[in-house]
Amino acid sequence: MSYMNISLTINGLHVDVPEGTSILEAAQTYGINIPTLCHLDGLSSYGACRLCIVEIGPAENPKVVSSCTYRCEEGMEVRTHTKRILDTRKIILELMVCSTPGSKTIQDLASAHGVIQTRFRPENEDCILCGLCVRMCAEQMMAGAIAFAGRGPDRHITTPFDELSELCRHCGGCMHVCPACMYRCMGPKADTTLCSACLNLSPSCVEVYDQQQCWMPPSCGTCVRPEGNYLPATGLIIEEEKATE
Amino acid sequence: MSKVEAIRSFAELEDLHGVLVERRQGERPRISVCTGTGCVACGATKVVETFKKILDEKGLSDSVELKSTGCHGFCEMGPLVTLGPSGYFYPSVRPGDVQKIIERTVLEGEIVEELLYKDPQTGEKVEHEAEVPFYKHQQRIILAENGHLDPNDLEDFIAIGGYKALAHTLGSMSPDEVVDSVTRSGLAGRGGAGFLTGRKWDIARRQPGEPKYIVCNADEGDPGAYMDRSILEGNPHRVIEGMGIGAYAIGARQGFIYVRHEYPLAVERITKAIDDARSACLLGEEILGTGFSFDLKVVRGAGAFVCGEETALIASLEGHKGEPRQRPPFPAESGFQGKPTIINNVETWANVPHIINNGPDWYAAYGSKDSKGTKIFSLVGKVNNTGLVEVPMGTSIRSIVFDIGGGIPKGKAFKAVQTGGPAGGCLPAELLDLPIDFEALQEAGTIMGSGGLIVMDEDTCMVDVARYFTKFLEEESCGKCYSCRKGTQRMRELLDDICEGRGTMAHLDLLEELGQAVNTASMCGLGQNAATPMLSTLRYFRNEYIEHIKDHNCSAGVCTALIRYKILEDLCDGCAACAKVCPVEAITGEKDQLHVIDIEACVKCGTCLEVCAKDAVVVISGGGE
Repeated sequence: MSYMNISLTINGLHVDVPEGTSILEAAQTYGINIPTLCHLDGLSSYGACRLCIVEIGPAENPKVVSSCTYRCEEGMEVRTHTKRILDTRKIILELMVCSTPGSKTIQDLASAHGVIQTRFRPENEDCILCGLCVRMCAEQMMAGAIAFAGRGPDRHITTPFDELSELCRHCGGCMHVCPACMYRCMGPKADTTLCSACLNLSPSCVEVYDQQQCWMPPSCGTCVRPEGNYLPATGLIIEEEKATE
Repeated sequence: MSKVEAIRSFAELEDLHGVLVERRQGERPRISVCTGTGCVACGATKVVETFKKILDEKGLSDSVELKSTGCHGFCEMGPLVTLGPSGYFYPSVRPGDVQKIIERTVLEGEIVEELLYKDPQTGEKVEHEAEVPFYKHQQRIILAENGHLDPNDLEDFIAIGGYKALAHTLGSMSPDEVVDSVTRSGLAGRGGAGFLTGRKWDIARRQPGEPKYIVCNADEGDPGAYMDRSILEGNPHRVIEGMGIGAYAIGARQGFIYVRHEYPLAVERITKAIDDARSACLLGEEILGTGFSFDLKVVRGAGAFVCGEETALIASLEGHKGEPRQRPPFPAESGFQGKPTIINNVETWANVPHIINNGPDWYAAYGSKDSKGTKIFSLVGKVNNTGLVEVPMGTSIRSIVFDIGGGIPKGKAFKAVQTGGPAGGCLPAELLDLPIDFEALQEAGTIMGSGGLIVMDEDTCMVDVARYFTKFLEEESCGKCYSCRKGTQRMRELLDDICEGRGTMAHLDLLEELGQAVNTASMCGLGQNAATPMLSTLRYFRNEYIEHIKDHNCSAGVCTALIRYKILEDLCDGCAACAKVCPVEAITGEKDQLHVIDIEACVKCGTCLEVCAKDAVVVISGGGE
């Protein structure tokens, strides 16, 4: 029996993948680009951002699933870019850009998906609760210092009892993977939440933006920049510090 | 009520059944008082105490049997009292009526005319429970037993043939045959999804991997729905028996009953029933002397609505955050602690023993072509006979609301009925003849859910209804899927705008677009129906939305931002009753002169309208004068 033991079609293309492969992984392997904000290779799949949704099953009665959490099945039909899927992704991105306008990652994705209007009341949230930091902390840093708490509108990411966790080693891994706080978009003004100015020019604005920030509550205690003095966590800052030296 | 000793063989169960039936023949006079949650709320506990006191006083405690039973279903008229052996039925019994009932009916065998149920439509008095229109049009398989049973008394349950199905299953059926019977009966999950129970069992039974688990989902959280609670409270042994049969069929040795912490009476009764069944050898090691062992544990949920979703329930059972996960793998393949797990709703489990006792064909004879059996609905809202209703699948909504429910109170017009709980849709009067089954409801844009039916009359604003349920879902969403968490918040904001007069026609397009996206992109049953209340009202009551937007008119007079109160000149006699109750002193006027409401100061609480004896206070909305 071949290692590539599951055959399916993605957008009509016949593909073979090993058992246990997610639809997202299969699509990526074959060069089909599915947007996602909450999936990262090396971390478990979670399915929170809902951008990677695809249609499966017969075209007349399709089922919509998140491709990162759904495993390929023998004989499965997958469609990744139908009108329904694209329209849904577009409105999810519109929701995101209205609530988290400061994320360059989200602004770029919204531009790429043709979001040209923002019809919801502007908000200024920073966290989209994708859970990448939670999984990074638990699965790669083997710390498990932060997790989700609360439900619905109260859902947030925090340390146990909102106090400094002994498990946190201040590694900064959480910030490193964050799609909202890693690259900040400084474009949106008060009266608009849509930037789309620097589409395809990445990472130009991050170069001019000289500070990294995290938007966890101050009580979280995991911050790598205590008292507002950031510690070198990435190459970018280290280079800056070298320059000042 | 005595404790049932360990029953170590099928013959012993049969003997005990025989003895109990005989003991109940040539019956003593019996007084059954419903002590379901609805009747307790109406004062049933006081009624039972009064019965006990007066029976003691008269020295009748031994010769008359006083029984507290589970919910009969007719909660509107509680507390309900039925008398044996005559079968006379008295609704709305107050402690003051008890003396009369004992003296005249129990001792003399007479009917107390004034206590009988009066049919509001014909005005005729009804003597027996079964003749009451509310019951007459029902087909009660599960609920019928509630009225005959003291839920705390295992003997009572054995006397009506309880645990016979379990004995039959263990003694003369193979697990395959049990699964086959349940499959052929057409029983579909009563929790809402409507997946064939037998097929689900079959998947779990074929799964490799030990141990296997079964779970009873009693995390009923829909506002106004209480059928699962009433079964657990009124007939807990039926659920235990059903679970025993299911465990035998799939090869499980451990089961859980996941019940809301907010249902203390259900928790108490099911816990006692489990203890009783265990000491009677109907649960635990070597059930009925066979080699089959199976035990149950009650787990209390903390009240998150989403934990009724099976994968979230498993997460909660394992001690994690109650959050759904992607299926497949389905729990039947990989559930509690990664082992094959069958989760069925309370009502589904309660159906199983009846199917074993009467055969799958008997069960399949009830219901419609695609949906078999009976279904319990909790009929609430603006309807005369609120309560629990059990009807065959395929019964029309009209029959439930009008024949059984007795229509809309105060002669108002029917406007809509919401099916399937908070994530269900609202159906208009044009669809009253729609048969209730899984397919028909889905086609009409709503869901069966676990069986909530909320009736709304002409005084209900459908935009406000959509807003209420969207807000409920916003708060109860677990928050994992961005589309559900943010989508419900944004939908509620848009609906707030419309209800408060800030809506535009663009709001409607956006609502529709967003609603479709929320239902499409979200993962679990909650998220996939989070927009259904809004989308269904928009589909069937679009005019009402447009009225709110264009005319700033809420014709039902509900949306406070769009209404104002006015006192009619020609009807007001200046009694000043309104001015006395107004909490903000917004009403002024001389005695016996016309009173006037200061629109600026008025907080629109509606108290003046309630107290006005002349109906001079009216609600005005939109541009109307």
